[in-house]
Amino acid sequence: MAAAQPRTVRGRAAIYLLAIGFAAFSGFPFLWAALTMVRQDSDLYVTTHNPFVLAKPPTLGHVTDLLRNTPYLQFILNNIVIGLATVVITLALSLPAAYALARLSGRWGEKVGIAIFLTYLVPPTLLFLPLSRLITVIGLQDSIWSLVVVYPGFTIPLSTWLLMGFLRSIPRDIEEQAQVDGYSRLEAVVRTVFPLALPGIFTVVVFTFTLTMQDFIYALAFISSSSSMTVSVGVPTVLIRGDVFYWQSLMASAIIVAIPVALLYNVFLGRFIRGFTLGAVKG
Amino acid sequence: MAVVETKSLRKEFGHTMAVDGIDLQTDEGEYLVLLGPSGCGKTTLLRLIAGLEHPSHGDVLIGGQVVTHLPPRARQIAMVFQSYALYPHKTVFANIAFPLAATGMPRDQRPAKVRWAASRLGIDGLLDRRPRQLSGGERQRVALARALVREPQVFLLDEPLSNLDAKLRSSARDELKEFQQRVGITTIYVTHDQVEAMGLGDRIAVLNEGKIQQIGTPDEIYHHPANTFVATFVGSPPMNLLTSDGKLLGFRPEQFLPASAVGERPGQMVFDFAVTRVENLGSDRYVYGHLPGVDPEAKVIAKLPSTVTTPVYVGDRVPFVVSGGDLRYFNQQTGTLTAAGEAEVKP
Amino acid sequence: MTVAQRSAGEITMGPRRERYLLDRERLLGPALMAPAVVYLILVVGYPLVLAFLYAFSDVTTGSQSLHFVGFQTFVAAVKDPVFLTTLRNTFVFTAISQALVVILSTVLAFVLTANFHGRWFVRFLVLLPWTTPVALSAVIWLWMLDSIFSPFDWFAQLLGIVPPGGHIVFLGQSDLAMGSVIALQTWRILPLATVILMAGLSAIPAEVSDAAEVDGAGFWRRLFGITLPLLSPVMTVALLFGIVFTFTDMAAVFVLTGGGPGNATQVLASWAFYKGISGGNLAVGAADALIMFPVLLGLAVILLRIASRAEVS
Repeated sequence: MAAAQPRTVRGRAAIYLLAIGFAAFSGFPFLWAALTMVRQDSDLYVTTHNPFVLAKPPTLGHVTDLLRNTPYLQFILNNIVIGLATVVITLALSLPAAYALARLSGRWGEKVGIAIFLTYLVPPTLLFLPLSRLITVIGLQDSIWSLVVVYPGFTIPLSTWLLMGFLRSIPRDIEEQAQVDGYSRLEAVVRTVFPLALPGIFTVVVFTFTLTMQDFIYALAFISSSSSMTVSVGVPTVLIRGDVFYWQSLMASAIIVAIPVALLYNVFLGRFIRGFTLGAVKG
Repeated sequence: MAVVETKSLRKEFGHTMAVDGIDLQTDEGEYLVLLGPSGCGKTTLLRLIAGLEHPSHGDVLIGGQVVTHLPPRARQIAMVFQSYALYPHKTVFANIAFPLAATGMPRDQRPAKVRWAASRLGIDGLLDRRPRQLSGGERQRVALARALVREPQVFLLDEPLSNLDAKLRSSARDELKEFQQRVGITTIYVTHDQVEAMGLGDRIAVLNEGKIQQIGTPDEIYHHPANTFVATFVGSPPMNLLTSDGKLLGFRPEQFLPASAVGERPGQMVFDFAVTRVENLGSDRYVYGHLPGVDPEAKVIAKLPSTVTTPVYVGDRVPFVVSGGDLRYFNQQTGTLTAAGEAEVKP
Repeated sequence: MTVAQRSAGEITMGPRRERYLLDRERLLGPALMAPAVVYLILVVGYPLVLAFLYAFSDVTTGSQSLHFVGFQTFVAAVKDPVFLTTLRNTFVFTAISQALVVILSTVLAFVLTANFHGRWFVRFLVLLPWTTPVALSAVIWLWMLDSIFSPFDWFAQLLGIVPPGGHIVFLGQSDLAMGSVIALQTWRILPLATVILMAGLSAIPAEVSDAAEVDGAGFWRRLFGITLPLLSPVMTVALLFGIVFTFTDMAAVFVLTGGGPGNATQVLASWAFYKGISGGNLAVGAADALIMFPVLLGLAVILLRIASRAEVS
């Protein structure tokens, strides 16, 4: 559906009002976090004045405190390593599967495809108990690699679905032309389909990476040492020491992660939407 | 030696027989057209010859050798798809060079070959462009250059003109025919457009429901159709068919003229033509009506060239004639041709 | 004649190569899907089976082996005084938050599909709640709903809801705590549902709406008579996704309230975590988690029906 252009003044006013309303609803907590992040201590624990005005000049001291004096950067590093490793495993497994589903599916092939997507619906809150036991048995407890092993369990179904959509949009002609032109089927796919699927693959990489950052329960269940923690787990557990809450640093820890990821998604949103629709439309 | 041969070729998809026992031999260097409505099996037949589909039964031979179980790359064929399937991420040069890379030709030998193919199609200037920057006609030429560069035994073309707009189509058709005659490579060409088929083919194979209905030159197909399917599929407007005396009688619209324009000739069949509609298309007049005396149910069309100026009006009942030699008789049950009229046949 | 020689050479090798290729073609599909399928069986299928086994056993984190005990564990889990509260909370949590999400996301999807100045920035803000890891956004909410320093206290004082110097104890009172958790979940899921709906909207051809306009339908009639009905399959998908996520979610509750005050906001998923990991009783934890399963299964069936109907059309 083409972007609607509300034609009446009332229509446009309604759009703007609603847009502002939703923006405020979604963004307010982050505004509050950002304000808090730069507040001096003496300005923070005060209830008398308008909390939206900074009575004392803003400071980045808490942010630097977070970065220098806490394991926060270690958490982020862990997330990056886990994310990249998961992406590699996910792509290696879901790309061929997506190709098979896009091009080679017979009737039962489609059923397997649906089964793959259904695994996404099996909740981590159900699997984490047996998995935590399995992780211990393998000897990966308290290691970031336990997460690398487990995360593809939910990234593979989603990646396969998205990639299938992208691959379907590449015309079959091109592969067959390459076969006639002298390549075996495998060579034809590698030389023609993959280069054309790169934008889709890149989108899936971004999506998968950010998905690994979202997990809370597995990281919480498998990892106890702060040096191996991810941001999701580390921030609420380590940075909250007993009853003492270093709120400014906590807010900073959230903002530092939230903004770039949201920016990334905003940039890729068009592609994601296209990926969803392609994946949903039967080829 | 036939360049391409199929023997009892059959292809089943589930419960449908897409290609149902086809025997075909091409002559060397000929332009053979596979003509038929959508779903008749012509594209499947082409793909079987190319090796993109595996037959359920039968054999494909290319250059005298059985290739039925060989993959496309081993058959020394070149194919042009309806969409041209140009590699969008490569330049025109790289597109044309692609098949050469596959054969393992050393990199330094490729540019010469690419330029040779490009010059035979007049696209030397386009080598650095990308497919999206080319017009429809240019894309066709690139696809042909890519097909030519391997010097295959046979060209397989799958409706390459259907994606071009009408105006471009006739000049592209021209170029294609001229190119093929210059290069002399056996070509098998699939289309549903009978005008294209008649214009391009040295021989036409008319297909329907997976079977070859008739193979012949355009003249043979048009003037001596083997059955009612061929008779009505080829020719626009289609041949008029009447039931008369338990037989099917057929004649073409342009053979159906006012008696006053033709004059009396021996062997003519005269009809009482009740006119219901007249379309003046400039170069021709189409006169629609029926023949109350012979087959009141049949809708009959007459195609009068503008050189025939006899006035004809809606509501008229005018005597129209068909020369005896133009009459064709078909079996009412099977549709096959039973007799061709002769000039001296009495009506 | 080189052609014939070359072909002859290929012919003798031909059938063998082709048989290999033909087999490969038919096996190609399964072969390509196999690694992914195997991995999922190992990392999802097998643990799922184990979860069932645990629930019918008495295993704890200290156990060496599995003893089958039939429904004993389930009975113990259900008889736990907190269990019923947990069950009720889960349904309340899910139903209210997703009802809100459906309505709000539909409106928001329309807003974001329209063109207006600043749309990119609004989209950015709208995406933030979903793209931020839940633990972190929950921490933000924790501070935002602090019993002493919440900015909402200031608003409330301004509006006179609360006397000057008064506070709203968001997370300390049962009802308010539940409301807070529901609010957090709604706030989080809204972007996801909206994006799904935006995808659905983009699939509706403009001609349909135009045709309705030519036919004389006004804005509201077009909306309710044409657009929304066409959108309803996608809405159902978005709703079901939201329900699945929320019904099985534990992070929001865990970080924001820890299930409290008391167990007022405890849900099945967080309860399973406490019992299984903190408490060490894997069997009971598994049983608690498995109670969610029938609901999930039902939802999966519904989703499948919708998916197959969409394929037919």
